[in-house]
Amino acid sequence: MTPDTIDIRYVATLARIALSDDEIERFSKELGELLGHVRALQELDTASVPATAQVVESRNVLREDVERPCLDREVVLDGAPQRQGGFFRVPRIIAE
Amino acid sequence: MNAAEIARDVSARRVSAAEVTAATLARVQAVDGDVGAYLTLLGEIARSSAARVDERIAAGEHLALAGVPIALKDNMCLEGARTTCASKILEHWIAPYTATAVARLLEAGAIPIGKANCDEFAMGSSCENSALGVTRNPYDLARVPGGSSGGSAAAVAAGEAAIGLGSDTGGSIREPAAFCNLVGFKPTYGRVSRYGLIAFASSLDQIGPLARSVEDAALAYDIMAGYDPMDATSLDRPVERTADSLRADLAGLRVGIVREFDTKALGERSDALYREAYRDLERLGAELVDVSLPTADYGLATYYLIAPAECSSNLARFDGVRYGLRVEGADVRAMYDNTRAAGFGPEVKRRILIGTHALSSGYYDAYYVRAQKARTLIARDFERAFAQCDLIACPAASCPAFVFAAKSDPYSMYLMDYYTIPMSLAGLPALSVPCGWTVPEGGNLPLPIGLQLCAPLFGEKLLLGAAAAYERATNHALAHPAQIGTVPA
Amino acid sequence: MNRAWEPVIGIECHVELKTATKMFCGCRNEFGGEPNTKTCPVCLGMPGALPVPNAKAIEQIVRTGLAFGAEIPAFSKFDRKNYFYPDMPKDYQISQYDMPLTVGGIVKYWLEDGTMKQCRLTRIHLEEDTGKSTHAGSGDGRIAGSSYSLLDFNRAGVPLMECVSEPELHSARDAVAYLESLRRTLLALEVSDVKMEEGSLRCDANVSVRVAGTTELGTKSEIKNMNSFRSVERAIASEIARQIEVLDSGGRVVQETRGWDELHGVTHPMRSKEEAHDYRYFPDPDLVPLAIARNDVERWKEKLPTLPCERFERYTGEYGLSVNAAAQLIDNIPLARYFDEVVARSENPQQSSNFVLGELSRLANETGVAVGDSNVTVEHLAELVALVQSKRINSKIAKELLARMWEGGGSPNAIVEREGLAQTSDPSAVERFVDEVLAANAAVVADYKAGKTNVLGFLVGQVMKASRGKADPALANELVKKKLSS
Ligand SMILES: [Mg+2]
Ligand SMILES: [Zn+2]
Repeated sequence: MTPDTIDIRYVATLARIALSDDEIERFSKELGELLGHVRALQELDTASVPATAQVVESRNVLREDVERPCLDREVVLDGAPQRQGGFFRVPRIIAE
Repeated sequence: MNAAEIARDVSARRVSAAEVTAATLARVQAVDGDVGAYLTLLGEIARSSAARVDERIAAGEHLALAGVPIALKDNMCLEGARTTCASKILEHWIAPYTATAVARLLEAGAIPIGKANCDEFAMGSSCENSALGVTRNPYDLARVPGGSSGGSAAAVAAGEAAIGLGSDTGGSIREPAAFCNLVGFKPTYGRVSRYGLIAFASSLDQIGPLARSVEDAALAYDIMAGYDPMDATSLDRPVERTADSLRADLAGLRVGIVREFDTKALGERSDALYREAYRDLERLGAELVDVSLPTADYGLATYYLIAPAECSSNLARFDGVRYGLRVEGADVRAMYDNTRAAGFGPEVKRRILIGTHALSSGYYDAYYVRAQKARTLIARDFERAFAQCDLIACPAASCPAFVFAAKSDPYSMYLMDYYTIPMSLAGLPALSVPCGWTVPEGGNLPLPIGLQLCAPLFGEKLLLGAAAAYERATNHALAHPAQIGTVPA
Repeated sequence: MNRAWEPVIGIECHVELKTATKMFCGCRNEFGGEPNTKTCPVCLGMPGALPVPNAKAIEQIVRTGLAFGAEIPAFSKFDRKNYFYPDMPKDYQISQYDMPLTVGGIVKYWLEDGTMKQCRLTRIHLEEDTGKSTHAGSGDGRIAGSSYSLLDFNRAGVPLMECVSEPELHSARDAVAYLESLRRTLLALEVSDVKMEEGSLRCDANVSVRVAGTTELGTKSEIKNMNSFRSVERAIASEIARQIEVLDSGGRVVQETRGWDELHGVTHPMRSKEEAHDYRYFPDPDLVPLAIARNDVERWKEKLPTLPCERFERYTGEYGLSVNAAAQLIDNIPLARYFDEVVARSENPQQSSNFVLGELSRLANETGVAVGDSNVTVEHLAELVALVQSKRINSKIAKELLARMWEGGGSPNAIVEREGLAQTSDPSAVERFVDEVLAANAAVVADYKAGKTNVLGFLVGQVMKASRGKADPALANELVKKKLSS
């Protein structure tokens, strides 16, 4: 696969988004073009450059092991698409 | 009225928070049908907050934002209020908690007027990606307010709030500020807590104010800034108050003009305005120095890998299980696919797909890691430039507000953030301040444009101070023509 | 054709840490409870919520690594492992990919015959647990055939240690012994309850076989769904047998995930490698890197408790205890500590272990009071050991004494002194008791002389009784024998 192509079907499967045929065609084209623009990055010599994940250097930001109040379960479940008793309910899970 | 004046008047009990709130809600009633700044009005919460503020003032409390009406971009949580990210997937979601930045403003006496429209999940530069409403530019209703914090910008510009809270990932505060004749300020990454800000790209997102003056922006920033134990990326280092440090001139400052950002490309009128702005900086005592950001041109490519990669993961949680939209399916897998297909708009899908691709097996090094390395190079460019200057000045956006549907090709929309993205990638504090008016080709109303100023990391005090001097000397925000659009100023 | 096969096994364990709160939020970390009552915006993956790591969990992982002699890299970070599953609130798991908290290390373990072996660790890293799904609508709670599932997020976000071994175990028994040792060590470190039945220890096994004497690894399968050490042993043994059968009949093992079916005692395929996930790991931008301070590492290292394998080697080596006695002590850490303190004073491990595992443990069981919390202090028990060792009292008196010490405390020396319980080792005094008893049991003496030598024990017992237990039993025995044969 050349660097500028994108397997939209595979990526949509990973991202869990059902796409129509129109969308597949449109996104393949648009994202292929975007990858074309992005290709410019290959021009940069990054061989000895470290990757930046966080721009402001900071280390060991932690919390003490101290309890804090939880949410009221009713508030949580009221916002759920489907509940059953104290649980969230989802359609059947097919083992993968 | 400006936020600072309102706070002074309410604190001195010349007017009550309840009166300010009522007047603001009336203003919303009058103009929001045209402007469309808000997705949700918080009438009841606003009135009860105002009553509480008046009680606290009566009890002798000092509140820095007493009675100041604010607009919250709808990607910030407010307990008990609908919080949608302008997306169908969260259209009916009621937040069960409040974002730290919002909580700090409310604690300081601000009144939440409404949840403002934005591009869906803050992805866009015009507000046109909102799935829930259309926001118009108060200076020309045929044009966009900018984005993604377009609703907050429009609300402040149209007098429907004194301060708008926005979030800026690649320019989402600065560009709408430029389009709506406002000061829009993105602090150093990590200065303002992101807790309760619904993430687009975690390593870039930063909350900041949109305001009618630098003083108002500084006032809001001073309240919001500072370490939050709920956000591990918020910075645990002292915050200097900025509102007291607004300068009258720029004596002794070196302002870098970026060689690669040639304003001629922006058209004759804009080019002239930016040149004038740089001369104004010089007149105020600054020394202009030529600086170079050789890798800034790679900003867009870098950004459009890193931000989508992070968003593809951040937005995975919208799956129809615990909250938000669910579209049923035969099994969980089908439910996911259907929910996300129906819940996300095209731009969000585009970014999730490109980000998923950039992180996927076989592409990770070529795309994501390379973009992270390019990010290092861009940050280093700024470091080198700031060895020669104290501030950088450049345009805030590639053009003034454009008409709806003008940028139908995604990449042309991405180009809107050409001047703001490099600063975002480097985590730098930057703002947009009004710097003049132009009548665009084919338009008949004058539109504002913005000057972007950028400081080194943690340079908020210097940045806001300098912007205040420029603002005071030029007064572009106040010098706009008397008749603006259909909405009286 | 029957080649000799060598099984190769690697074990991956997930262990829930015993912290007060979850990994990235302040919700209580506690097993069970009403569903969804221990949740907050963070552990429910609500929009806008952010994780902040629990310092205690990090300390526990590093201490565990140190206990196994692992390296603690100066720099570590959290990554996101992206995949969709309904019990995972954010649809990604915060985990560690290429920079775990600890690297390497060695787990020593022992077999039933006391042989010490070892298995190297690849790494230990920190991650968050998922919620729990209950599969409903099928009647048997299993995922297959269920029509919907119910989700409880109380467990979501509980700190989870993932401990990965090198493929260096070569039998199902070794694998279980390795797990036992890991379990014991985690208990000694007080970092987890390590209960398989509550899910605080879960493990998967990578199993392959190769021709004995070769070094290249065969194709492996990954075994899941093992709910007890016993099922681990059975599952691995069954999988080894299956693979050997496949290879012996000329087939090939395919790389796949297999589930253990407890009921039928077989593994069955779950998914093949072709369907493996594309997890899209990347550094979590909501979290900042970890740089574990060297002085913390030194401090934690110094404060490590005595580890089970150290004890085992000392008990069975230096102390000469049986494997069984050593294991009994090691599996009751407070008791082992108590024992160690007694030995430190008595310098008689054998006698000390007799008391601790015998009479004291019996009393503890009977009364429900732990030995360490009883009236019998380590000093007093050491005194008692010394009394027996010096033969000032015999074991029968010792037992009585111990019961009294358990009851009301006190120094055994003082009790012996006060009540004149010291053993009578004076031959003339014991001889008087012997004469008395032989005279009173003429018929028995006659039996003995007629060849029924097994009555000797009875006669010695009578001597002990007459002396109210104080006679030196060995001396009594000797004298009775001497008198009878004269
Ligand atoms: Mg794991
Ligand atoms: Zn929680």
